[in-house]
Amino acid sequence: MKTLRYLWLFLLVFVTGLMPVYADNTETGGEKGKVDVQEIVFGHISDSYEWHILTYGDTHVSVPLPIIVYSSNTGWHAFLSSNLAHGQEYEGFYIAETGDYAGKVVEKDAQGNEVRPLDISITKTAFSLMINSLILVLIIVGVSRWYKNRKPSSEAPKGFVGFMEMFVMMIHDDVIVSCVGKEYKRFAPYLLTAFFFIFINNLMGLIPIFPGGGNVTGNIAITLFLALMTFLAVNIFGTKEYWKEIFWPDVPTWLKVPVPFMPVIELFGIFTKPFALTVRLFANIMAGHAIILSLVSIIFITASLGVVLNTSMTIISVLFSVFMSCLEVLVAFIQAYVFTMLSAVFIGLAQVHHEHK
Amino acid sequence: MSLLNPDIGVFFWMLVSFIIVFFILAKFGFPALVNMVNERKQYIDESLKSAREANEKLSHIKEESESILVEARKEQAKILKEAMETRTQIINEAKEKAQSEGGRLLEEARKQIQKEKDDAIRDIRKQVAELSVEVAEKVLRKQLSSEVEQNGMIERLLDEVSDSKK
Repeated sequence: MKTLRYLWLFLLVFVTGLMPVYADNTETGGEKGKVDVQEIVFGHISDSYEWHILTYGDTHVSVPLPIIVYSSNTGWHAFLSSNLAHGQEYEGFYIAETGDYAGKVVEKDAQGNEVRPLDISITKTAFSLMINSLILVLIIVGVSRWYKNRKPSSEAPKGFVGFMEMFVMMIHDDVIVSCVGKEYKRFAPYLLTAFFFIFINNLMGLIPIFPGGGNVTGNIAITLFLALMTFLAVNIFGTKEYWKEIFWPDVPTWLKVPVPFMPVIELFGIFTKPFALTVRLFANIMAGHAIILSLVSIIFITASLGVVLNTSMTIISVLFSVFMSCLEVLVAFIQAYVFTMLSAVFIGLAQVHHEHK
Repeated sequence: MSLLNPDIGVFFWMLVSFIIVFFILAKFGFPALVNMVNERKQYIDESLKSAREANEKLSHIKEESESILVEARKEQAKILKEAMETRTQIINEAKEKAQSEGGRLLEEARKQIQKEKDDAIRDIRKQVAELSVEVAEKVLRKQLSSEVEQNGMIERLLDEVSDSKK
């Protein structure tokens, strides 16, 4: 019975493997049928002004998003991105196709040059960021509502609340308390928020359709902001001893007096730490998205190479995509964990007290 | 590459979203959970401690009750012994008293009897004396019924008196 089911599954994969070929043939074939993988992958990874869901034939189904720009000539503008679709111009703004600002909203200044206005549009990344933030707030506040009107003597929670309690306490006890040290109470809310913020955004990025699928934590502005928060937490709350160790570290005097080697290195270290945080999270998540998309694209690339090759590659691609998606779930957790742990470690290192020596 | 250029718009919305999320979660989210877990931990620790103390107290009480029982048994035995002693003592005393009382009564009875006897003897003597006087009277009256005899008597008596005067 079980073997029969596997056989059916195999047949199904085989048949679905044939389908792209069919679709490819019925379309226009030739030049237009060629798949531009780079465009697919980068189109997904980079930001966009509308949320493209699917294309069926010539119909594009996408969610229009608000564009908010401030032009130094004409002031504030806010309109829907559907006004700019297919290269249209609206209120003097259009999406540049080429040049330095390719894919961004631009306008022409008095000299006729393309200039970029101050652009705080709610792009796809910003929009999915908001959706994910809302989900995060709903989950955590919903869970914490359970604790209202309950005493420490009442029973421990079960089900989802129990799971979240275990999850939160794992991060709190194993990462925050053990890495930050005794001053952990001040930093725990930020670190917990950072962890769950990154984690939920990572996970939502793995869901392929709206409202998931946004490449939020794979956007460098997002990771830069998070790293900046850690940078501020480290340096604003750093103790006097922390600054002393940077400008007057415990090394032989010749390393710091005529030419301040160590202070320069230490000072450099202040900025490399958040930079490393930024790039690590950004690169990992972006790469994950790129790999999954590339694997899926294999199906469409091999469509022109014959049925047998295409089918076998489809099977391989699906298997690899499943594997990669599973791996990405792991990565989603690991990267959130690593970011939180490193932030906690950096904060802990800035909380130097005399008795530690 | 545009991927590596942080976009100001996304950065701005990230700032807004993250700050809002952070304040909501820091105020209403995590502290409630973390505090509750810590309080629960404390509560469990305290409960365990008090349970251990109660257990100790219980075993202590058991020991104490056993010792009290042993003491009570001892006391009981002691009281019983004392009671027995008192009983025998009382009995002995009573016996002694009864004996002495009996002896006293006997003595008294004997004395009474003696007295009665003496009285009776005295009475008898008196009676005998009276009777003998009466008999002597009667004999005398009979002997002195004639003048001669009376004179003879007087004579004799006088003789006797004179004899005794000599």
